[in-house]
Amino acid sequence: MVNQEDRIIIRTENVNFYYGEFQALTDVSMAFETNRVTALIGPSGCGKSTLLRLLNRMNDLIDGCRVEGRILFEGRNIYEPDVDPVEVRRRIGMVFQKPNPFPKSIFNNITYGPRLAGVSGKADLEALVERSLRQAVLWDEVKDILGQSAMMLSGGQQQRLCIARALAMKPDILLMDEPTSALDPISTAKIEELIEELKKTYTIIIVTHNMQQAARVSDFTGFFYLGKMIEFNVTEKIFTKPDMKQTEDYITGRFG
Amino acid sequence: MEEKRHTSSHYERELQEVKEGLLYLGALTEKAIEQAMGSLLERDSALARRVIAEDERIDTLDMELEERCIKLLALRQPAARDLRFITTAIKINGHLERIGDMAVNIAQKAIALNDEPQLKPYIDLPRMAEITRGMIQKSLDALVRDDCALANEVRQEENTVDCLNDQIFRELLTFMMEDPRTIHRALLIMQISKNLERIADHAKGVADMVIYMVTGHSVRHQYPECPDRNA
Repeated sequence: MVNQEDRIIIRTENVNFYYGEFQALTDVSMAFETNRVTALIGPSGCGKSTLLRLLNRMNDLIDGCRVEGRILFEGRNIYEPDVDPVEVRRRIGMVFQKPNPFPKSIFNNITYGPRLAGVSGKADLEALVERSLRQAVLWDEVKDILGQSAMMLSGGQQQRLCIARALAMKPDILLMDEPTSALDPISTAKIEELIEELKKTYTIIIVTHNMQQAARVSDFTGFFYLGKMIEFNVTEKIFTKPDMKQTEDYITGRFG
Repeated sequence: MEEKRHTSSHYERELQEVKEGLLYLGALTEKAIEQAMGSLLERDSALARRVIAEDERIDTLDMELEERCIKLLALRQPAARDLRFITTAIKINGHLERIGDMAVNIAQKAIALNDEPQLKPYIDLPRMAEITRGMIQKSLDALVRDDCALANEVRQEENTVDCLNDQIFRELLTFMMEDPRTIHRALLIMQISKNLERIADHAKGVADMVIYMVTGHSVRHQYPECPDRNA
């Protein structure tokens, strides 16, 4: 067992997932530790992003898809009929590949979700904006231009704004789907630094095509291939002496 | 198990070139030991001077190989077996270069000994030299073939060389006690023996790194059992 049982916040149990007839995930069982960064790696189409989206029921939005098995978040299956997917997504936030700020002010980007969730009162919202932007290490850069459109920020700043927006909902887990693939190296380094900081407060699960990034930021790494989880291990082990030949072939670039 | 080729053929070739470089360096050091010992046994000081001069080639190759490995680390960001191979290559490179220096030491002692009458017939020294040369060869074969069993054989043989070194030391001690005029020559022979013993240590170092490269586990500073080691 790679994980410490008492530290697990979310786990999948024998998960199969189908897009119509196509089976995208086969019998995936893995566990994620709290306050740790877990990276999911593997070639395109291996199912890593599908798994990530299953963890906060984002795949519900796709027609004709079907989940088997259980995903237990704090011991409860999030696919039970009486579970509210909106509540799941509040507690398990997501940041996407391309920065997607709302065409609103920086301030309103952050407060949009909390307002819908019932937070009102100027002071509360202001405190929330500052806290979220500080956590996303964006506060110093935008504190004087909070009323301006988020669209004028650079790509790296927009992505950190999206992270701040996710943090404003005070989630437990942050899912990141290739969060730096559209960013330059400096912005990428800032996000990676941020991930290091955020894991003190949040559990982070990140999908990345950049293996050095997985090596740099994560504590655990899962390698996926053709919809199966081939190996799940401590990141250092994966990148120095993985147990499985397929993992070794992939991370050394001997694949396909 | 058959090894898949790297997606980048350039990278594959660069890794292969490092491996070939190590084998070439290994061959040069073996030759240096053979010639250094030859210069002693045949009392051929000209040959000894050649060994000393040719060490420059070993040093140059050592620096070239190290540079290549550093370049690979910087540009390719190797992982897993490639990472283990390159870090192993850097260390093996260092071991081989030091072996070259030991051969030079032996050649220098041979020149000094050749100026004086031979103290005794050389019996154990050529045996030691033969074993140590074999150890270098085997450890590099183990590298090429990912062969831990062969690497372990090398690690065992290091004991034999240590025992021979102890034996030579004891024998020379008796010479020196009996006749102080032999002390200078006996000390020179002892130093040759010590250099061969150090070469065996380096060959074991190469074998240790091969085991690390294949298994991911370090066996450095672990010594196989040798019952008569302290006899």
